[in-house]
Amino acid sequence: MSLVFAGICSHAPGITGRKKMADPDDATSFYNAYHQMRDALEASKPDAMIVIAAEHFANFFMNNMPAYCIGMADSYSGPIEDPEWLGIQRTTIPGTPQLSRHIIQSVLQQVDTAYAEEWLFDHGISVPLHFLTPRYDLPIIPVNINCQGPPLTPLHRSWAFGAAVRQACDSVPQRVALIGTGGISHWPATPDSGKINEQWDRDFLERWVNNDRERLLDYSDEHIYHDAGQGGFEIRTFIAVAAAMKGAKGTLHYYRPIPIFAVGCTIATANLAIEA
Amino acid sequence: MSLYYVQKLLYELNRRPEVRKEFCADPQQVLQQYKLDEEEMRAITERDIGMLYILGVNGQILMHFAAMCGYEWPQYIQAMRDALHKHGNVRAGVYATTDGKGAI
Ligand SMILES: [Fe+2]
Repeated sequence: MSLVFAGICSHAPGITGRKKMADPDDATSFYNAYHQMRDALEASKPDAMIVIAAEHFANFFMNNMPAYCIGMADSYSGPIEDPEWLGIQRTTIPGTPQLSRHIIQSVLQQVDTAYAEEWLFDHGISVPLHFLTPRYDLPIIPVNINCQGPPLTPLHRSWAFGAAVRQACDSVPQRVALIGTGGISHWPATPDSGKINEQWDRDFLERWVNNDRERLLDYSDEHIYHDAGQGGFEIRTFIAVAAAMKGAKGTLHYYRPIPIFAVGCTIATANLAIEA
Repeated sequence: MSLYYVQKLLYELNRRPEVRKEFCADPQQVLQQYKLDEEEMRAITERDIGMLYILGVNGQILMHFAAMCGYEWPQYIQAMRDALHKHGNVRAGVYATTDGKGAI
Protein backbone atom coordinates (compact mmCIF):
# COMPACT_ATOMS: atom_id res chain seq x y z
CA MET A 1 0.00 0.00 0.00
CA SER A 2 1.05 3.52 0.38
CA LEU A 3 -0.13 6.77 1.75
CA VAL A 4 -3.82 6.48 2.64
CA PHE A 5 -4.24 9.83 4.36
CA ALA A 6 -2.38 13.12 4.53
CA GLY A 7 -3.18 16.38 6.23
CA ILE A 8 -1.95 19.35 8.20
CA CYS A 9 -3.11 20.74 11.52
CA SER A 10 -2.20 23.22 14.24
CA HIS A 11 -0.46 22.11 17.43
CA ALA A 12 -0.22 25.22 19.64
CA PRO A 13 -0.36 24.33 23.35
CA GLY A 14 -3.06 26.93 24.00
CA ILE A 15 -5.50 24.87 21.91
CA THR A 16 -5.89 22.47 24.83
CA GLY A 17 -4.19 24.38 27.64
CA ARG A 18 -6.08 27.64 27.33
CA LYS A 19 -9.41 26.30 26.06
CA LYS A 20 -11.32 27.87 28.96
CA MET A 21 -9.95 31.32 28.09
CA ALA A 22 -11.17 31.08 24.47
CA ASP A 23 -14.41 32.31 22.95
CA PRO A 24 -16.69 29.24 23.08
CA ASP A 25 -17.49 29.40 19.36
CA ASP A 26 -13.81 29.55 18.46
CA ALA A 27 -12.99 26.55 20.59
CA THR A 28 -16.04 24.48 19.60
CA SER A 29 -15.77 25.11 15.88
CA PHE A 30 -12.07 24.28 15.81
CA TYR A 31 -12.52 21.19 17.98
CA ASN A 32 -15.27 20.05 15.58
CA ALA A 33 -12.95 20.49 12.62
CA TYR A 34 -10.35 18.37 14.41
CA HIS A 35 -12.99 15.71 15.12
CA GLN A 36 -13.92 15.62 11.44
CA MET A 37 -10.27 15.19 10.58
CA ARG A 38 -10.21 12.22 12.98
CA ASP A 39 -13.25 10.70 11.22
CA ALA A 40 -11.50 11.02 7.86
CA LEU A 41 -8.30 9.57 9.28
CA GLU A 42 -10.16 6.58 10.78
CA ALA A 43 -12.05 6.02 7.53
CA SER A 44 -8.72 5.62 5.75
CA LYS A 45 -7.98 2.59 8.00
CA PRO A 46 -4.31 3.33 8.61
CA ASP A 47 -1.93 0.79 10.13
CA ALA A 48 0.35 3.57 11.37
CA MET A 49 0.69 7.32 11.27
CA ILE A 50 3.75 9.43 10.59
CA VAL A 51 3.63 12.76 12.40
CA ILE A 52 5.97 15.40 11.01
CA ALA A 53 6.23 17.97 13.76
CA ALA A 54 8.41 20.85 14.80
CA GLU A 55 9.30 20.09 18.38
CA HIS A 56 10.22 22.72 20.91
CA PHE A 57 13.37 21.62 22.71
CA ALA A 58 11.86 18.51 24.26
CA ASN A 59 14.45 16.12 22.82
CA PHE A 60 16.79 18.09 20.64
CA PHE A 61 19.00 20.96 21.71
CA MET A 62 21.77 23.08 20.25
CA ASN A 63 24.42 20.66 21.55
CA ASN A 64 23.59 18.30 18.69
CA MET A 65 20.68 19.51 16.62
CA PRO A 66 19.49 17.30 13.76
CA ALA A 67 17.81 19.02 10.83
CA TYR A 68 15.66 15.90 10.47
CA CYS A 69 14.99 13.04 12.83
CA ILE A 70 12.69 10.00 12.66
CA GLY A 71 11.64 7.93 15.66
CA MET A 72 12.30 4.18 15.80
CA ALA A 73 11.10 3.22 19.28
CA ASP A 74 8.69 0.57 20.57
CA SER A 75 6.78 3.24 22.39
CA TYR A 76 6.93 6.92 23.24
CA SER A 77 5.71 8.99 26.14
CA GLY A 78 4.24 12.41 26.44
CA PRO A 79 3.35 15.10 26.82
CA ILE A 80 6.55 16.34 28.41
CA GLU A 81 4.75 19.50 29.54
CA ASP A 82 2.94 19.77 32.83
CA PRO A 83 -0.36 17.92 32.14
CA GLU A 84 -2.36 20.61 33.93
CA TRP A 85 -0.70 23.35 31.92
CA LEU A 86 -1.27 21.59 28.60
CA GLY A 87 -4.63 20.03 29.45
CA ILE A 88 -3.50 16.59 28.26
CA GLN A 89 -2.75 13.63 30.51
CA ARG A 90 0.60 11.83 30.30
CA THR A 91 0.44 8.56 28.47
CA THR A 92 2.35 5.95 26.50
CA ILE A 93 1.98 6.01 22.74
CA PRO A 94 2.70 2.88 20.70
CA GLY A 95 5.48 2.94 18.12
CA THR A 96 6.23 0.57 15.28
CA PRO A 97 10.00 0.00 15.21
CA GLN A 98 10.06 -2.34 12.22
CA LEU A 99 8.08 0.00 10.00
CA SER A 100 10.08 2.96 11.31
CA ARG A 101 13.26 1.20 10.33
CA HIS A 102 12.01 0.61 6.77
CA ILE A 103 10.94 4.20 6.44
CA ILE A 104 14.25 5.52 7.80
CA GLN A 105 16.30 3.25 5.57
CA SER A 106 14.32 4.36 2.55
CA VAL A 107 14.47 8.09 3.41
CA LEU A 108 18.25 7.81 3.84
CA GLN A 109 18.48 7.15 0.10
CA GLN A 110 17.58 10.80 -0.41
CA VAL A 111 18.08 12.73 2.82
CA ASP A 112 20.54 12.20 5.69
CA THR A 113 18.00 11.96 8.47
CA ALA A 114 18.92 11.20 12.07
CA TYR A 115 16.93 8.60 13.96
CA ALA A 116 16.05 8.19 17.63
CA GLU A 117 14.97 5.29 19.82
CA GLU A 118 13.96 7.63 22.63
CA TRP A 119 11.50 10.44 22.18
CA LEU A 120 9.40 12.49 24.55
CA PHE A 121 6.43 14.00 22.76
CA ASP A 122 5.73 17.66 23.40
CA HIS A 123 2.66 19.65 22.39
CA GLY A 124 3.80 19.51 18.74
CA ILE A 125 2.71 15.87 18.63
CA SER A 126 0.60 15.50 21.79
CA VAL A 127 -1.98 18.14 20.84
CA PRO A 128 -2.76 16.59 17.42
CA LEU A 129 -2.85 13.05 18.88
CA HIS A 130 -5.20 14.19 21.64
CA PHE A 131 -7.75 14.92 18.90
CA LEU A 132 -6.85 12.42 16.20
CA THR A 133 -6.04 9.25 18.13
CA PRO A 134 -7.52 9.92 21.56
CA ARG A 135 -7.31 6.23 22.54
CA TYR A 136 -3.63 6.13 21.55
CA ASP A 137 -4.23 2.91 19.68
CA LEU A 138 -2.60 3.80 16.37
CA PRO A 139 1.17 3.22 16.14
CA ILE A 140 3.00 6.48 15.57
CA ILE A 141 6.24 7.32 13.80
CA PRO A 142 7.35 10.73 15.07
CA VAL A 143 9.38 12.93 12.77
CA ASN A 144 11.04 16.20 13.60
CA ILE A 145 12.18 19.05 11.42
CA ASN A 146 14.21 21.60 13.34
CA CYS A 147 12.19 24.81 13.07
CA GLN A 148 13.30 26.34 16.38
CA GLY A 149 17.06 26.67 16.63
CA PRO A 150 18.67 28.30 13.57
CA PRO A 151 20.51 27.56 11.36
CA LEU A 152 17.49 25.79 9.89
CA THR A 153 17.18 23.42 6.96
CA PRO A 154 16.20 25.27 3.73
CA LEU A 155 12.62 24.96 2.51
CA HIS A 156 13.61 23.07 -0.61
CA ARG A 157 15.23 20.40 1.59
CA SER A 158 12.00 20.10 3.57
CA TRP A 159 10.33 19.45 0.24
CA ALA A 160 12.95 16.82 -0.64
CA PHE A 161 12.46 15.26 2.77
CA GLY A 162 8.68 15.05 2.28
CA ALA A 163 9.17 13.50 -1.15
CA ALA A 164 11.53 10.94 0.40
CA VAL A 165 8.95 10.11 3.08
CA ARG A 166 6.38 9.50 0.35
CA GLN A 167 8.75 7.26 -1.55
CA ALA A 168 9.33 5.34 1.68
CA CYS A 169 5.58 4.97 2.25
CA ASP A 170 5.15 3.70 -1.30
CA SER A 171 7.70 0.95 -0.60
CA VAL A 172 5.97 -0.67 2.39
CA PRO A 173 2.88 -2.92 2.48
CA GLN A 174 1.24 -1.06 5.37
CA ARG A 175 -1.43 1.60 5.05
CA VAL A 176 0.30 4.76 6.23
CA ALA A 177 -1.26 8.05 7.29
CA LEU A 178 0.79 11.23 7.39
CA ILE A 179 0.20 14.51 9.13
CA GLY A 180 2.24 17.67 9.40
CA THR A 181 1.76 19.82 12.47
CA GLY A 182 2.78 23.39 13.06
CA GLY A 183 1.78 26.95 12.85
CA ILE A 184 1.68 29.33 9.95
CA SER A 185 2.30 32.93 11.04
CA HIS A 186 2.58 33.21 14.81
CA TRP A 187 4.75 34.65 17.55
CA PRO A 188 4.32 31.98 20.21
CA ALA A 189 5.55 32.43 23.76
CA THR A 190 6.70 36.01 23.11
CA PRO A 191 5.23 39.41 24.05
CA ASP A 192 3.58 39.25 20.62
CA SER A 193 1.75 36.03 21.48
CA GLY A 194 -1.69 36.23 19.86
CA LYS A 195 -0.49 38.20 16.86
CA ILE A 196 -1.51 36.42 13.65
CA ASN A 197 -0.98 37.60 10.07
CA GLU A 198 -4.21 36.30 8.56
CA GLN A 199 -3.47 37.54 5.07
CA TRP A 200 -0.10 35.83 5.03
CA ASP A 201 -1.66 32.62 6.36
CA ARG A 202 -4.42 32.57 3.77
CA ASP A 203 -1.92 33.16 1.00
CA PHE A 204 0.27 30.33 2.28
CA LEU A 205 -2.72 27.98 2.56
CA GLU A 206 -3.76 28.83 -0.98
CA ARG A 207 -0.29 27.75 -2.14
CA TRP A 208 -0.63 24.61 -0.02
CA VAL A 209 -4.06 23.49 -1.29
CA ASN A 210 -2.89 24.06 -4.87
CA ASN A 211 0.28 22.13 -4.02
CA ASP A 212 2.20 24.83 -5.83
CA ARG A 213 5.79 23.76 -5.24
CA GLU A 214 7.36 26.85 -6.69
CA ARG A 215 5.33 29.24 -4.59
CA LEU A 216 5.56 27.12 -1.44
CA LEU A 217 9.33 27.35 -1.66
CA ASP A 218 9.33 31.03 -2.55
CA TYR A 219 10.03 32.37 0.93
CA SER A 220 13.24 33.38 2.64
CA ASP A 221 13.61 32.92 6.40
CA GLU A 222 14.21 36.64 6.66
CA HIS A 223 10.81 37.34 5.14
CA ILE A 224 9.13 34.62 7.16
CA TYR A 225 10.53 36.10 10.36
CA HIS A 226 9.39 39.57 9.39
CA ASP A 227 5.88 38.69 8.18
CA ALA A 228 5.08 35.51 10.08
CA GLY A 229 7.25 35.53 13.18
CA GLN A 230 9.65 32.86 14.36
CA GLY A 231 6.64 30.52 14.58
CA GLY A 232 6.36 30.82 10.79
CA PHE A 233 9.52 28.73 10.44
CA GLU A 234 7.24 25.75 11.12
CA ILE A 235 5.82 25.93 7.58
CA ARG A 236 8.58 23.38 6.90
CA THR A 237 6.33 20.61 8.23
CA PHE A 238 3.44 21.67 5.98
CA ILE A 239 5.78 21.90 3.00
CA ALA A 240 7.07 18.38 3.65
CA VAL A 241 3.50 17.06 3.62
CA ALA A 242 2.75 18.91 0.38
CA ALA A 243 5.74 17.18 -1.21
CA ALA A 244 4.53 13.81 0.09
CA MET A 245 1.19 14.43 -1.64
CA LYS A 246 3.01 13.93 -4.93
CA GLY A 247 1.10 16.56 -6.86
CA ALA A 248 -2.31 15.92 -5.27
CA LYS A 249 -4.16 19.03 -4.26
CA GLY A 250 -5.64 19.67 -0.83
CA THR A 251 -8.80 20.92 0.80
CA LEU A 252 -8.85 23.54 3.52
CA HIS A 253 -11.47 22.54 6.09
CA TYR A 254 -10.86 25.15 8.75
CA TYR A 255 -8.90 28.32 9.22
CA ARG A 256 -9.56 30.91 11.87
CA PRO A 257 -7.17 33.19 13.75
CA ILE A 258 -7.71 32.48 17.45
CA PRO A 259 -5.40 34.82 19.39
CA ILE A 260 -5.73 33.06 22.75
CA PHE A 261 -4.53 29.89 21.03
CA ALA A 262 -1.69 32.03 19.61
CA VAL A 263 -2.11 30.73 16.05
CA GLY A 264 -4.36 30.76 13.01
CA CYS A 265 -6.03 27.42 13.67
CA THR A 266 -5.86 25.22 10.61
CA ILE A 267 -7.14 21.85 9.40
CA ALA A 268 -6.53 20.76 5.80
CA THR A 269 -6.29 17.39 4.09
CA ALA A 270 -4.93 16.03 0.84
CA ASN A 271 -7.20 14.86 -1.94
CA LEU A 272 -5.38 11.59 -2.44
CA ALA A 273 -6.55 9.16 -5.09
CA ILE A 274 -6.83 5.94 -3.09
CA GLU A 275 -7.82 2.50 -4.26
CA ALA A 276 -10.12 0.90 -1.69
CA MET B 1 27.17 36.25 28.20
CA SER B 2 26.37 32.61 27.70
CA LEU B 3 22.87 32.33 26.34
CA TYR B 4 23.64 28.80 25.26
CA TYR B 5 24.15 27.63 28.86
CA VAL B 6 21.19 29.57 30.23
CA GLN B 7 18.99 27.80 27.71
CA LYS B 8 20.72 24.48 28.36
CA LEU B 9 19.94 24.68 32.06
CA LEU B 10 16.29 25.61 31.44
CA TYR B 11 16.05 22.83 28.84
CA GLU B 12 17.32 20.31 31.41
CA LEU B 13 14.90 21.64 34.03
CA ASN B 14 12.01 21.30 31.60
CA ARG B 15 12.68 17.74 30.57
CA ARG B 16 14.34 16.07 33.58
CA PRO B 17 12.36 15.83 36.82
CA GLU B 18 15.52 14.89 38.77
CA VAL B 19 17.25 18.13 37.74
CA ARG B 20 14.12 20.03 38.72
CA LYS B 21 14.16 18.38 42.14
CA GLU B 22 17.83 19.15 42.65
CA PHE B 23 17.31 22.74 41.53
CA CYS B 24 14.46 23.27 43.97
CA ALA B 25 16.47 21.78 46.84
CA ASP B 26 19.80 23.51 46.12
CA PRO B 27 19.84 25.91 43.15
CA GLN B 28 23.52 26.86 43.58
CA GLN B 29 24.58 23.23 43.28
CA VAL B 30 22.85 23.05 39.88
CA LEU B 31 23.86 26.53 38.68
CA GLN B 32 27.55 25.92 39.18
CA GLN B 33 27.45 23.13 36.61
CA TYR B 34 26.78 25.70 33.87
CA LYS B 35 28.96 28.51 32.58
CA LEU B 36 26.85 31.49 33.61
CA ASP B 37 27.72 35.10 34.35
CA GLU B 38 26.37 36.99 37.33
CA GLU B 39 23.47 38.61 35.52
CA GLU B 40 22.33 35.25 34.19
CA MET B 41 22.64 33.59 37.61
CA ARG B 42 20.62 36.36 39.18
CA ALA B 43 17.88 36.17 36.53
CA ILE B 44 17.56 32.43 37.09
CA THR B 45 17.67 32.43 40.90
CA GLU B 46 15.24 35.33 41.10
CA ARG B 47 12.95 33.67 38.51
CA ASP B 48 13.11 36.95 36.58
CA ILE B 49 11.24 35.76 33.49
CA GLY B 50 11.33 39.19 31.86
CA MET B 51 15.10 39.45 32.19
CA LEU B 52 15.57 35.93 30.81
CA TYR B 53 13.56 37.00 27.78
CA ILE B 54 15.76 40.08 27.34
CA LEU B 55 18.85 37.86 27.58
CA GLY B 56 17.46 35.98 24.59
CA VAL B 57 16.02 32.75 25.97
CA ASN B 58 13.73 31.12 23.41
CA GLY B 59 10.08 31.34 24.45
CA GLN B 60 9.62 27.63 23.78
CA ILE B 61 12.03 27.04 26.65
CA LEU B 62 11.13 30.04 28.78
CA MET B 63 7.36 29.49 28.94
CA HIS B 64 7.88 26.14 30.68
CA PHE B 65 10.29 27.61 33.22
CA ALA B 66 7.73 30.36 33.83
CA ALA B 67 4.99 27.78 34.39
CA MET B 68 7.33 25.88 36.71
CA CYS B 69 7.82 29.09 38.69
CA GLY B 70 4.06 29.51 39.03
CA TYR B 71 3.45 32.18 36.39
CA GLU B 72 -0.04 32.20 34.91
CA TRP B 73 -0.15 32.74 31.13
CA PRO B 74 -1.12 36.47 31.12
CA GLN B 75 1.45 37.11 33.85
CA TYR B 76 4.14 35.43 31.74
CA ILE B 77 3.34 37.59 28.70
CA GLN B 78 3.20 40.71 30.88
CA ALA B 79 6.57 39.96 32.48
CA MET B 80 8.20 40.01 29.03
CA ARG B 81 6.42 43.23 28.03
CA ASP B 82 7.43 44.95 31.25
CA ALA B 83 11.02 43.87 30.78
CA LEU B 84 11.11 45.38 27.27
CA HIS B 85 10.06 48.70 28.81
CA LYS B 86 12.59 48.46 31.56
CA HIS B 87 15.63 47.03 29.79
CA GLY B 88 15.11 47.76 26.09
CA ASN B 89 15.31 45.22 23.33
CA VAL B 90 16.19 41.54 23.42
CA ARG B 91 19.97 41.26 23.35
CA ALA B 92 20.62 37.95 21.62
CA GLY B 93 19.03 34.88 20.12
CA VAL B 94 16.18 34.49 17.69
CA TYR B 95 14.23 37.53 18.94
CA ALA B 96 17.12 40.00 18.88
CA THR B 97 15.58 41.88 15.97
CA THR B 98 11.98 41.85 17.20
CA ASP B 99 10.70 45.30 18.08
CA GLY B 100 8.87 43.50 20.88
CA LYS B 101 6.27 46.17 21.38
CA GLY B 102 3.42 43.72 21.54
CA ALA B 103 0.60 43.26 19.09
CA ILE B 104 -2.47 43.12 21.29
FE1 LIG C 1 5.20 24.87 17.35
